[in-house]
Amino acid sequence: MIKLFQIPDKIKTFFIEIGELSYFAGRFFKELFSRPFEYKELLRQCYKIGNRSLLLVGVTGFILGLVFTIQSRPTLMEFGAVSWIPSMVSISIVREIGPVIIALVCVGRISSGIGAELGSMRVTEQIDAMEVSGTNPFKYLVVTRILATTLMVPLLVVLGDAIALFGSALVENMKGDVSFLLYFNKVFKALEYSDLIPATVKTFFFGFAIGLVGSFKGYNCKKGTVGVGEASNTAVVYTSMLVFIIDFIAVFVTDIFY
Amino acid sequence: MMKNLNNITPIIKIKDLRKSFDDNHVLNGFSMDLYKGENLVIMGKSGSGKSVMIKCLVGLMQPDHGDIEIMSKDISELDQKELNNLRTEIGFLFQGSALYDSMTVRENLKFPLRKSNKDSEEAERLVLDALKSVGLLEAIDLMPSELSGGMKRRVALARAIILYPKIIIYDEPTTGLDPITAKEIIELMRNIQQKYGASSLIITHDVDCARVIANRMILLIDGINYAEGTFEEISSSKDKKIQAFFK
Repeated sequence: MIKLFQIPDKIKTFFIEIGELSYFAGRFFKELFSRPFEYKELLRQCYKIGNRSLLLVGVTGFILGLVFTIQSRPTLMEFGAVSWIPSMVSISIVREIGPVIIALVCVGRISSGIGAELGSMRVTEQIDAMEVSGTNPFKYLVVTRILATTLMVPLLVVLGDAIALFGSALVENMKGDVSFLLYFNKVFKALEYSDLIPATVKTFFFGFAIGLVGSFKGYNCKKGTVGVGEASNTAVVYTSMLVFIIDFIAVFVTDIFY
Repeated sequence: MMKNLNNITPIIKIKDLRKSFDDNHVLNGFSMDLYKGENLVIMGKSGSGKSVMIKCLVGLMQPDHGDIEIMSKDISELDQKELNNLRTEIGFLFQGSALYDSMTVRENLKFPLRKSNKDSEEAERLVLDALKSVGLLEAIDLMPSELSGGMKRRVALARAIILYPKIIIYDEPTTGLDPITAKEIIELMRNIQQKYGASSLIITHDVDCARVIANRMILLIDGINYAEGTFEEISSSKDKKIQAFFK
């Protein structure tokens, strides 16, 4: 009888983790608006997160546009709708595929990196050393990283989208004799603010999730070097899931308003 | 006369400290006083609660019970800002050095100076002075990954003393070092104590370190101060538990 009401350990752990993550997020907002502001570290993190992800995001975006156009071309040709490629590709990439794919690339690149970096700082007592030197390590390490990912991921997505469209234009230029000017003319005609704004807004949430989960896992890392690997790994798994959940909510909300 | 005066006002006072992790009772009523200018060694075997005690002391961990006073301030009554200000009076040498991997030696040393409103020239002078004290001026632009274990410990020591602290806490200063480097570190600790005049709290299980540096020592066994006295007094004890440390 009692067993019927017992909650399995895994579910209990899951809810405890959600609670701790929410508390961590709450602490982020509390510390975000309190002085002193760590501008230098924020800029350093923005540079590190943004600049070092450029190549990966660029290559991913380019291949994404290239492949998407090559794959959809034959089907559209069957219906005589090749001229719709610029509008179809641009709307798909800007609204959905670009933000999600680039965010997932950033999850692998940034969230795991933050998890591993903060995790190793935790197990080697560097975070404790910061604390005893009178610096608030949460503010210095966590707030700056979450803020940097929240600001940089949208920029990386915009860049990735642009490069993906360039890749698509290249295919159209080579296979369909469509000039770049004509291609982008059609792209800008097809895109509306209702495509751009929700897609951009949700990338801020993607960036926030990437920084939050990576920092949470790393900052609370335990169990020595094994824990560092675990922190990095679980940061990727949790953030990937969170990206899809945020995307679902964003699409749902957008559908109501537009 | 001076000694008597110092005995009246301990710079650190710990009373009846208790800390448990689930059923593991690590500290069971540990008490100690550290007086101005003295080197107090706390010895105990691994897992005896030495590191937990100093983490409680600097506010990195909350004790379950007990009073901790540093320079007559009860740390449980301090807010975060006051605690941070108090921490600037304490230098802390971590067991694994805990140098910031992403920063050079210079940046590591400048880090504790961020809150002290020192201009860049003054900060640079303090960095050079601290590095000179540990004999590592040439390593100023190196990254921690480029340093040996002994060099890391010395840089960490330089970082601990950069703000001229009144108290220096050493957590296992010689652990993981070869005997020659360990002797160098012990010698360095003595020199720094003479130069800076700080009170030192040394956590160790290294008998040689205790022999050379301790004015007074406490044996931490079963979570309490099992024995207290000078090195000679404790090492000559017939108690089997105490003798186990010196065999």
